[in-house]
Amino acid sequence: MKAVNQVAAADTLSGPRVAFNVERIREDFPVLKQRVHGKPLVYLDSAATSQKPKVVIDTVTQYYLAENSNIHRGIHFLSEQATRAFEDSRAKVARFLNASTAQEIVFVRGATEGINLVAQSFGRMRVKAGDEIIISAMEHHSNIVPWQILCQETGAVLRVVPINDRGEFLVDEYAKLLSPKTRLVSVVHVSNALGTINPVKRIVEMAHSRGVPVLIDGAQAAPHLTVDVGELDCDFYVFSSHKLFGPTGVGVVYGKAHHLEAMPPYQGGGDMILSVTFEKTLYNVIPFKFEAGTPHIAGVIGLGAAIDYLDGVGLDRIAAYESGLLAYATEAVSAVPGVRLIGTAKEKASIVTFVLEGVHAHDIGTILDQEGIAIRTGHHCAQPVLQRFGVPATARASLAFYNTRGEIDALVRGIRKVTELFG
Amino acid sequence: MSDLRELYQEVILDHNRRPRNFQKLDGANRTAEGYNPLCGDQLTVYLRLEDGVIKGISFQGSGCAISKASASMMTASLKGKSKADAEALFETFHKMVTADLSVTFDPLEVGKLAAFSGVREFPVRVKCATLPWHTLHAALEEKGQIVSTE
Ligand SMILES: Cc1ncc(COP(=O)(O)O)c(C=O)c1O
Repeated sequence: MKAVNQVAAADTLSGPRVAFNVERIREDFPVLKQRVHGKPLVYLDSAATSQKPKVVIDTVTQYYLAENSNIHRGIHFLSEQATRAFEDSRAKVARFLNASTAQEIVFVRGATEGINLVAQSFGRMRVKAGDEIIISAMEHHSNIVPWQILCQETGAVLRVVPINDRGEFLVDEYAKLLSPKTRLVSVVHVSNALGTINPVKRIVEMAHSRGVPVLIDGAQAAPHLTVDVGELDCDFYVFSSHKLFGPTGVGVVYGKAHHLEAMPPYQGGGDMILSVTFEKTLYNVIPFKFEAGTPHIAGVIGLGAAIDYLDGVGLDRIAAYESGLLAYATEAVSAVPGVRLIGTAKEKASIVTFVLEGVHAHDIGTILDQEGIAIRTGHHCAQPVLQRFGVPATARASLAFYNTRGEIDALVRGIRKVTELFG
Repeated sequence: MSDLRELYQEVILDHNRRPRNFQKLDGANRTAEGYNPLCGDQLTVYLRLEDGVIKGISFQGSGCAISKASASMMTASLKGKSKADAEALFETFHKMVTADLSVTFDPLEVGKLAAFSGVREFPVRVKCATLPWHTLHAALEEKGQIVSTE
């Protein structure tokens, strides 16, 4: 007995606590090895979509090579195996978010569909004419438009929490907007346009003190921070697999079980029913009630592999490495003459957004592309943010744990080249 | 860098820095708005069209160097031209920025607009160069007010 305990203790100690080696990490991402326009690829667009480690690609390939089968439908071997792998992924996501049960995890197509699901099912059930829904001024279009649609349908009113010049959520203004009319709060955890990390725990507490439920858009948070929905106590949390080093076409809605139980289905079809007659249909239990039709089975299984991979690297070590890299990038980029950073919140993750005097972001993007550097330019699906800062477009370098300081140096050389060309 | 110089020719950089006819047009009788939702470019083209002739033309808006220079040089080359001439030049311009690299162009036909021939090496930027022309076309045709590149 004693011997066994000792082994276990030794394992925990020697676990994945070795130093973070970014070159080793890069070996896991085949896409990073290529050249673009004759230059080594410098991929600084992970906020748009992250690259995939080989284990994720292999898992998806293996599924199609040897396991392909529909889930929840067959009693044959392959179907059973696929169903188990699919449900294993659900359990992994539940653990990843620290949800209390896997039933609280609904698979959808992406964060966008997740927010639409909550707006159309939970929102329509709860919101009436004259009610109010609160979002913030730094939302992605996917956390604006579904609420506008709901407001149009119900006669409810959208309220927007302003942000300051650093791109920070104004908690005092939020407090003023919360009222007996508020039915729902939906805010982003980490802003894709600014990198701001919002005080979501506080935001949830303040809403809950008035009995108002909260959705957190975690599309940009899940890849960079440890998310604990139990601790946050949020009612809903959504994210996209493809930004979390998993396949495209898969998203997650975490919803508290009692909400999911009470909510009407989002779409009707196969898998979401217990029995169907023309007179009456009995809906399936949660989460299946919200998963009509054949889902992206390979994608969900691939997301499970991505989560295993992240666990192996260690989320805390990823966060520590990225915070050093972000500090380095922020200093290096802002030191280039003519650069102005957009989004300088005290609490930030992985995003350096900037404008360059006299040069449109789109031109920066083309010139950097010629250097093999991939960044995002334009409005980043967050036009109100740009309106707030009075710029028509910005350039955004977004980081992941596979990026290096050398790549930041290449970015800075690239920006200097832009300045020369337009000089 | 050489490809980039093809794209960002001196004349383009100049029109980007100092766009011509970059204001609202007094007495305009046609306007249209163009959007490139991909990058957020937006511009308005103003026209004073009399008896099928472009008597006045200007633009406003925000966009990248390519779209701004394209709008600027478009307005500069169309003043006094007939509607038919303008449409014909649009067609030539469009062919030039989308043509295969092997195709060469008659300098007489395209004039200063030849500066945009480098755009065809950058397919994602073609829409930047053509947005002002699509918007002009909408203003000439008076068909709807809003043009999108998508
Ligand atoms: C903050 C935020 N929310 C939502 C989304 C939408 O994600 P998806 O397009 O994967 O549905 C994004 C994607 O850019 C995002 O950055």
